[in-house]
Amino acid sequence: MAEKSFLEEVMAIPGGERLRACIQCGSCGGSCPSGPAMDYTPREIFAMILAGMREEVLKSNTFWFCVSCYYCTIRCPQEIPITDIMYQLKRLAIQAGYYTASITGFSETFVGQVETYGRSFELGLATGHYLRHHPLQSIRMSPLMLGMVTRGRMSFTPKRIQGIRQLRAILRRAKELGGAW
Amino acid sequence: MRRYAYYPGCSLERNAAAYDESFRAVAEVLGIELVEIPDWNCCGATEYFSLDLLPAYALVARNLALVPPDLKEVVAPCSACYYNMLKTDKNMLAHPKLAAAVNEALAAGKLHYDPGRVHSRHALEVVVEDFSLEEIGAHVKAPLRGLRLAAYYGCVTVRPEGRDNFEYPSRMERLLETLGAEVVDYTLRANCCGGHMTQLDAETAYRMIHYLLYNAAKLEVDALVTACPMCQLNLDAYQGQVNSHFGTDFHIPVLYFTQMMGLAFGLEPEKLGFGQEIVSAERVLEKFRNPPPEEETAERKPRRERTGLPMPEPLAAVQRDSASLRR
Repeated sequence: MAEKSFLEEVMAIPGGERLRACIQCGSCGGSCPSGPAMDYTPREIFAMILAGMREEVLKSNTFWFCVSCYYCTIRCPQEIPITDIMYQLKRLAIQAGYYTASITGFSETFVGQVETYGRSFELGLATGHYLRHHPLQSIRMSPLMLGMVTRGRMSFTPKRIQGIRQLRAILRRAKELGGAW
Repeated sequence: MRRYAYYPGCSLERNAAAYDESFRAVAEVLGIELVEIPDWNCCGATEYFSLDLLPAYALVARNLALVPPDLKEVVAPCSACYYNMLKTDKNMLAHPKLAAAVNEALAAGKLHYDPGRVHSRHALEVVVEDFSLEEIGAHVKAPLRGLRLAAYYGCVTVRPEGRDNFEYPSRMERLLETLGAEVVDYTLRANCCGGHMTQLDAETAYRMIHYLLYNAAKLEVDALVTACPMCQLNLDAYQGQVNSHFGTDFHIPVLYFTQMMGLAFGLEPEKLGFGQEIVSAERVLEKFRNPPPEEETAERKPRRERTGLPMPEPLAAVQRDSASLRR
């Protein structure tokens, strides 16, 4: 029963039930630009999901290395929304607590910023993320940051939208509603 | 005069201001009126959908709800913004339960969005679909003669909902040719730039960026031309990092297609955001100001054998070659 519920959890997105139709052809992994860095290729991950290997799947780095390029999605002969399934696996891994802050930290800082200001200021964010999680690499990044600053491409303070309270109310309600889609 | 709602998105406010400035300038020449969505918020990029689904949809739906009621189309120059709006509208339309939940969330902010009311379109799509190449060509005052360019689309401009060929798009190439440029057959045109991978795993990200730069350098292009601020940032701002990582010496300016249109339309480079790129485009402007004599361009020999389909350099060969280039 537990196995079945993991598959259902993964499939709980629009079009997700197509996952059952996977024929293990490997078009996804062959198309994946970050495949070499993954613990398991997308094809392997789908076999593992269908086999109910919840923990192994959610503890793997595969979906965190998905760059959301949609090559697999358009090439899948079974029309499985693979990229969206990768997003779903990210959410499930976060819910299960299987992640490291250096990986989800970027998404979380980004979302935190959006919820505070309504807009993101990507490079201020990137700097903050780097300093927190890769302090040594920050030194090597400094020429890049300097270049961005001198060309006026780096903002230090994000703009706050006027309707920030309205946006927060909407997001709060959406979180309360939650649910699977 | 064509009117569209306009969603600039966070990148275009600062980091990709060159894209915003050049798109607005080009739109004016084409007779496009851009009505900015009042008090728009961030679309969540690829981050919000990784964390929490319903708030991610609600975030995007607030922007759609704020589109003035007389406008049916919203144009976004950023590929992620364009696709998030398209995906939200499409999924709300296809899944009434989702639409109801999103609207229940929006109601907390006294807003409502009827799925199907606003259609999201990418800036490149609007330019090449709503205007014929003849119409665009009629605005060309200073052809980009002598400039050798590669069109680079990246991912979501093309997939999964783009209107060009998924595997081998060619609209930007036709546009750049109309502007008078020499356009190379860049087979990695729709490959991924790595998106936010620079933040997660630099090694993987640099390898992806290096692959794109290496193959563009092989084609001896004067510039890569893109339609996405994420692609521009990765290929331009991280080019120095990639060079020091792989011991290479790439100097390939990465520009927006709207900047190239503006140049060809005779607009001043300063008004098109030139100078904001990290890898200087000064040599591109130099060449543009001093085009080669007409006949020389016409007689130029093709640099590649035309015996088969063009292929990118295999990854293994790229790595081998780069190793030999290491300082």
